[in-house]
Amino acid sequence: MTRTLTHLERLEAESIHIMREVVAEAEKPVMLYSVGKDSAVMLHLARKAFYPSPPPFPLLHVDTTWKFQEMYKLRDRMAQESGMELLVYQNPEAKERGINPFDHGPLHTDMWKTEGLKQALDHYGFDAAFGGARRDEEKSRAKERIFSFRTASHGWDPKNQRPELWNLYNARKAKGESIRIFPISNWTELDIWQYIHLNDIPIVPLYFSAKRPTVERDGLLLMVDDDRFPLHEGEVPVERSIRFRTLGCYPLTGAVESEASTLPEVIQEMLLTTTSERQGRVIDKDGGDASMEKKKQEGYF
Amino acid sequence: MTDPIYKTDALIAEDIDAYLEQHQHKSLLRFITCGSVDDGKSTLIGRLLYDSKMIFEDQLEALQSDSRRVGTQGQEIDFALLVDGLAAEREQGITIDVAYRFFATEKRKFIVADCPGHEQYTRNMFTGASTADLAVILIDARKGVLVQTRRHSYLCNLIGIKNIVLAVNKMDLIDYDQARYDAIVADYAAFAAEIGIKSFTPMPISGFKGDNITAISANTAWYTGKPLIEHLETVEIDNANEQLKPFRLPVQWVNRPNLDFRGFSGLISGGSVKPGDAVRVLPGGKTSTITRIVTLEGELEEAVAGQSVTVCFADEVDCSRGNVIAAADNPPEVSDQFEATIVWMDDDALHVGRTYWLKLGTQMVSVTVQQPKYAINVNTMDHLAAKTLELNAIGVAELATDKPIVFEAYADSRTLGGFILIDKISNRTVGAGMLHFSLRRAQNVHWQPTDIGREEHAALKNQKPRVLWFTGLSGSGKSTIANEVEKQLHLMNRHTFLLDGDNVRHGLNRDLGFTEADRIENIRRVGEVAKLMADAGLIVLTAFISPFRAEREMVRQMLPEGEFIEIFVDTPLEVAEARDVKGLYKKARSGQLRNFTGIDSPYEAPENPEIRVNTVEMTPAEAAEHIIRRLLPLK
Repeated sequence: MTRTLTHLERLEAESIHIMREVVAEAEKPVMLYSVGKDSAVMLHLARKAFYPSPPPFPLLHVDTTWKFQEMYKLRDRMAQESGMELLVYQNPEAKERGINPFDHGPLHTDMWKTEGLKQALDHYGFDAAFGGARRDEEKSRAKERIFSFRTASHGWDPKNQRPELWNLYNARKAKGESIRIFPISNWTELDIWQYIHLNDIPIVPLYFSAKRPTVERDGLLLMVDDDRFPLHEGEVPVERSIRFRTLGCYPLTGAVESEASTLPEVIQEMLLTTTSERQGRVIDKDGGDASMEKKKQEGYF
Repeated sequence: MTDPIYKTDALIAEDIDAYLEQHQHKSLLRFITCGSVDDGKSTLIGRLLYDSKMIFEDQLEALQSDSRRVGTQGQEIDFALLVDGLAAEREQGITIDVAYRFFATEKRKFIVADCPGHEQYTRNMFTGASTADLAVILIDARKGVLVQTRRHSYLCNLIGIKNIVLAVNKMDLIDYDQARYDAIVADYAAFAAEIGIKSFTPMPISGFKGDNITAISANTAWYTGKPLIEHLETVEIDNANEQLKPFRLPVQWVNRPNLDFRGFSGLISGGSVKPGDAVRVLPGGKTSTITRIVTLEGELEEAVAGQSVTVCFADEVDCSRGNVIAAADNPPEVSDQFEATIVWMDDDALHVGRTYWLKLGTQMVSVTVQQPKYAINVNTMDHLAAKTLELNAIGVAELATDKPIVFEAYADSRTLGGFILIDKISNRTVGAGMLHFSLRRAQNVHWQPTDIGREEHAALKNQKPRVLWFTGLSGSGKSTIANEVEKQLHLMNRHTFLLDGDNVRHGLNRDLGFTEADRIENIRRVGEVAKLMADAGLIVLTAFISPFRAEREMVRQMLPEGEFIEIFVDTPLEVAEARDVKGLYKKARSGQLRNFTGIDSPYEAPENPEIRVNTVEMTPAEAAEHIIRRLLPLK
């Protein structure tokens, strides 16, 4: 008697296998936790991989201080529920200089996220970091390995990555080098949603439609999440039924007008929609076509 | 043209719950596409993504503008642009790595490994094929079976892909000519039989026009098979066969949250398991019974190949990472010498005799590879004599691990028969291989236990055995200083022995020359002799150039921790050459002497030697004294 495993069962088994390999072979692993839906799935997989032990690594949130309030709430709750240590890192230089998305443009992402992540990894001495990137997100990611090696200065060289055969991962590295590991590389956006649905995984309520205060700017619908949002002259926040397809810093994340207030409705909308997931995020647009690849070489996840 | 809209779209809009229910139960098929640069591979994948609605409007708009700007299809959509990813590749118009794409139909979800077609990338194709259940081999109908087609087919068969689709593409460009198609298929069938491909499924398609992709095309009314998508949706998946094999669970991690729980975590690679099943833990061979299969959502009644699980035993049996839990009555073999096919994947060619790491399942051991019995020309399938394996070469060789590993023939288990080789210094993955069988001699040679061990030998001599490994350029003063150190140790009533490079080459190693392979073997033998002498309780001094870091590291690994003392006799090349005691540098410079370290063969200086002596600043006597001081106490 054989039983055909579903695609989600196979993906889950693969992700768990990857996480266990890292824990067995790395000295000091950490899970990057961004509080988005992909992070939610990653955390759930980690809990499954090591149950009944709690996952034997901490969660690291590289914070920009500009995330949505509801993200901070869920972050703290999930850390408590999973029994994992939560480390929050904010780049002290960005903090001191008051770097923000309104006044500093691309520098905001560069300082808080790219630099912040490098600093955090160096600060705590992590040699392996789990990230939630998926190959279906963007063209340059389709070729990313599951184990991605970074030099001591966190650089990524797309020409010098190791071949990955079968499910054998080579985690050996020189002192100072680190690995980024992407256990959900082979999941698609739909797989993520379906898995959240099937396993009742808690996610930030912003993914569901609700009346929220918004302003329209440069073609993006932005949510006025707190009173740090500088309104232009004549700009008045308008209550709209909106939700988010992807979550980041609130001034950089475009909302979509939507009535989808349950998971199946969200999935339905996702499947019937005609624009790709990352379009709501400003980050991909600077630098044109190959911008994500460029960011990766610089050390952004 | 075929209808690009799937029925699922209607279901998504009308009844999302029903759609989710359907999607949830889909199985997964992983496949690769192989073809030459112009066979239309990227176009086919782009077409599959497009037809299964995996392309969004913004991507489509970008695609349309890109098609006009850099596309190769005139005003029509160039699907290939959808899948060519990295910036450099887009400029060159070729894919240079393995890329993974995703799409789904009503019945299945698919992961496509897009593998490049050109010659130097055997490595990438092999990588993409290693996780595939099926291969689509593309042929340009205008060109027929090419050398590349043969190579791709050979590699797919070598890595064990049983489902092969022969997609005769660009049928539109030969006016859907059945006779031409039949001739190509017959041609391929003859070749396939030759290399041992038992069956394949041919189909006439056009990735560009969409013929026989999602639906049967009116242009090929004579074709009686299924369209490509339907075939992919219905073909049997390997995973089902794995479940019929005997139970195998390579242990990744021991789960021990508290004293009351001890579980063993891993991905089941073969068979199935239930509580109550008798199992054997290899390589030790102890038996126990499975009591529970533990998951976050509760205990399982059964788990099958392909699932990641945690199991518990009825007894306190030793079991750790690298062990394999197997069906008690049908365990895999254990051995330390094998024959294997190896695919070389690194710019730095295979060093015969050098130790590499071998990772197989969750086992990591040291391994040496013998000179290949032959290499395979992947275009002609001819066997060629080979001294080593260069990048993208495939060969058959014997290999020996430093301790026994649990394995199965690759034909029986990809997990317990497939391995990678890792360079110990650079940490790169330099090769991959497939075990054929273990060599009989490994099973017939057993370690004979002796009652008087190394501790007893050392205790009688009242000293701690050590290997003082002098390394440095020719003429650096290794032999002189080693001799001085031995004299002083002797005065201190220590039992010593000095192994000198030149002296050993008069006897034990007189069959060896100075090629890289011979130098590696020279050091391996000296290492083994030094180890025996250390086992006998002696303080061994060796004076060899030993230019390669990897071999010095190999000797270090042979000895208990702390017994290998690397002494770097640090002399700049100019100084050593100026001394030229034996006149060797002069000969090397004039070309009379080849492979001379420092001249036309590299010297890899130690990075962290235990002791370093600088012979420019110290006399031999001073250097010896410095070394002795660093060695104290000698007990």
